[in-house]
Amino acid sequence: MSKEHIDEVSGVSTTGHEWDGIRELNNPLPRWWVWTFYATIVWAIGYMIFYPAWPLINSATTGVLGYSSRAEVRAELDAAQAAKGDYVAAIQSMDLAGIMADDNLRQFATAAGAAAFKVNCIQCHGSGAQGSPGYPNLNDDEWLWGGDIEAIHQTITHGIRFAADDDTRLSEMPAFADILEPDQIKQVAAYVVSLTGTPSDAALAETGQTVFAENCAACHGDDATGMRDLGAPNLADAIWLYGGSEAEIAQQIRAPKHGVMPGWTARLGDATVKELAVYVHSLGGGE
Amino acid sequence: MRYGAEIVGIGVFAFLALLGAAFAADVAFQQHMWVLFAVLVISAAILMRNISFAPKAAASIPFREGDTAYMDDVVRYGTIATMFWGVVGLLVGVVVALQLAYPDLNIEPWFNFGRMRPLHTSAVIFAFGGNALIATSFYVVQRTSRARLFGGNLAWFVFWGYQLFIVMAATGYLLGITQSREYAEPEWYVDLWLTLVWVAYLLVFLGTIIKRKEPHIYVANWFYLSFIVTIAMLHVVNNLAMPVSFVGSQSYSAFAGVQDALTQWWYGHNAVGFFLTAGFLGMMYYFVPKQAGRPVYSYRLSIIHFWALIFLYIWAGPHHLHYTALPDWAQTLGMVFSIMLWMPSWGGMINGLMTLSGAWDKLRTDPIIRMMVLAIAFYGMSTFEGPMMSIKAVNSLSHYTEWTIGHVHSGALGWVGMISFGAIYYMVPKLWQRERLYSLRLVTWHFWLATLGIVVYAAVMWVAGIQQGLMWREYDDQGFLVYSFAESVAAMKPYYIVRAIGGLMYLAGAIVMAWNVYMTIRGYQREEEPIGGYVPAAQPAE
Repeated sequence: MSKEHIDEVSGVSTTGHEWDGIRELNNPLPRWWVWTFYATIVWAIGYMIFYPAWPLINSATTGVLGYSSRAEVRAELDAAQAAKGDYVAAIQSMDLAGIMADDNLRQFATAAGAAAFKVNCIQCHGSGAQGSPGYPNLNDDEWLWGGDIEAIHQTITHGIRFAADDDTRLSEMPAFADILEPDQIKQVAAYVVSLTGTPSDAALAETGQTVFAENCAACHGDDATGMRDLGAPNLADAIWLYGGSEAEIAQQIRAPKHGVMPGWTARLGDATVKELAVYVHSLGGGE
Repeated sequence: MRYGAEIVGIGVFAFLALLGAAFAADVAFQQHMWVLFAVLVISAAILMRNISFAPKAAASIPFREGDTAYMDDVVRYGTIATMFWGVVGLLVGVVVALQLAYPDLNIEPWFNFGRMRPLHTSAVIFAFGGNALIATSFYVVQRTSRARLFGGNLAWFVFWGYQLFIVMAATGYLLGITQSREYAEPEWYVDLWLTLVWVAYLLVFLGTIIKRKEPHIYVANWFYLSFIVTIAMLHVVNNLAMPVSFVGSQSYSAFAGVQDALTQWWYGHNAVGFFLTAGFLGMMYYFVPKQAGRPVYSYRLSIIHFWALIFLYIWAGPHHLHYTALPDWAQTLGMVFSIMLWMPSWGGMINGLMTLSGAWDKLRTDPIIRMMVLAIAFYGMSTFEGPMMSIKAVNSLSHYTEWTIGHVHSGALGWVGMISFGAIYYMVPKLWQRERLYSLRLVTWHFWLATLGIVVYAAVMWVAGIQQGLMWREYDDQGFLVYSFAESVAAMKPYYIVRAIGGLMYLAGAIVMAWNVYMTIRGYQREEEPIGGYVPAAQPAE
């Protein structure tokens, strides 16, 4: 089989073998290929000398540079921490009024709070703090538990209906399905809808007003503008957490949903919670 | 009695599946066993309809050759299966691409992204790619060894056994059965079945090489053999696991923590290296010289780059775990071995492209050669991109982003897809004894649809990935994060839509091909102007 054979087109000899009509030329390795291959090997050896590379029995070679990815990230974090250190220490030690009074500190806290918000809060409240069904919009001036900086801070610190914190914001509207007749619920829903100027059955709404006064006004107020001490929302402003249609309102009266927010101090620490309060306060509705 | 033993075997197997369903430890396993039972009963019914009590020799079956010729029926079935799974896999790919752009398309629970994504990857890699490799390796090894496949009907067991593996893997994913190892999602019992099939595959292939009538083993067969042997090793080691119950669909890996992650990526990267690279290089080494009608460029290069590739690839897996709990030394080794892998990979590209020297004019007239050249070009590009992305500094930007998806698809669509399409276009007229393909013009259509599809896909994913990586690491001058993760997700939407369009073009090309292949098999030839225009007949000198 193995006899000299020259490829006519290229003039190069073949290996003399043939498989199903396929021959192989005897071309040498391309020089640039060989030298690039060598270069990558040399580079690899060099890299292995400078960086941790070879496993030993209980450890590994550390390399001439003594590099460690853990040490590197530690150093970066420390540097970032050090750069912010003075501000963070000041925020840690000062009260909210003091932070708000100091322009530099307030700006820093707003930026820091925005960063913390992006990581911890947007899952429920949205990237723009615009909220979503069941999770309040933080840009408007409707506050369930108060919109001054202290109240916001209190809410973030202890959470809402957060079982792990005794000082958490706590209020639970009862399920009126057990208290009111179905007709009464329809009436009061019609009344509540009418408060925001949304058209509803006038006769229903009128009887609903009586039901409201007897059952709801204690928490939501005679004029239905809510009561922040109890976390009772304002019902007269067309801002709805669980939907503003008559059916949705009736449903919320029958079997109210009770949203939960955890308290954040244990997870994020005092300084970050203060920064979050400053940021949320700055969004537009802060009082 | 023809198929007697097969029917009894399938019957016993179906009975075991029934028992599995009856005594299942969990609902998913029960459903999966019912699927298996149904598949086996249908197969048995189909076989029984073909049952024949005539003596074997008297049975006349189209395309069933005598014992002396090459065993090509199994290759014909494999070619059709490749085409079928290719279209299915690409279609599921378009669906998951759209699911990312429009989350409403996630249909719970069976068709959500989490279950459809492994369906897509397994369908294109293992169903399309695997069938292409099995079919072409059977075709190539017989011709380059001048020997009929070893083991008689064992080759049929490999083919049908592999299809059963695909069906069980795919239905398992949709039922929610997974061991959560990327590209190795099937659970323990499906893995065991694949092991059995794969060993049979190795026996058939190796047996054929051993009884070859050529003095030397052709280079394509080195690559095919390395692919079969290494995949066997990777599959067995990575899937070492203890089932919770022998009639249950859950198991726990033999490895824990970062060792488990490293084992998985040792497997995962070498699935790319030996399945998607070595195997398809085997394909290239036969079909490119055949289609071009030229000798392989350099025998020496083929030897050196083969052994360098085999030796270096197996160590490169840790580059998938840069900046993780994996110790620094292992990350270093994964990276430097990936860099050294660059030239051995390019050896295949050089040998493929340079084989065309003396035949470059065929690019003008032969769309199949064009397809193969594009495949080799994408092979070269992605085997440069891969080492580059393994460099830690690059990886810190590219890792976990869409860039990786772009990289994988320039390899998968560009290299794996195009070289397989080229091989099928070459094989089909020969396998069915047709003078030529139904239409070369349709091949050109396929070529351009696929090429534009890949370019759109890859370019969009590069841009998306780099933007994503930059958004994730964007800090303001005070060191605060600028973008939330959700904002980086929202930013991807236009890219996801364009990517789906690219994928759709590639799928459209594959459908054109399926039509072309179907018509060729049926024996039709389309009347059409030859590509490159009519060559004027030589005029006698005056």
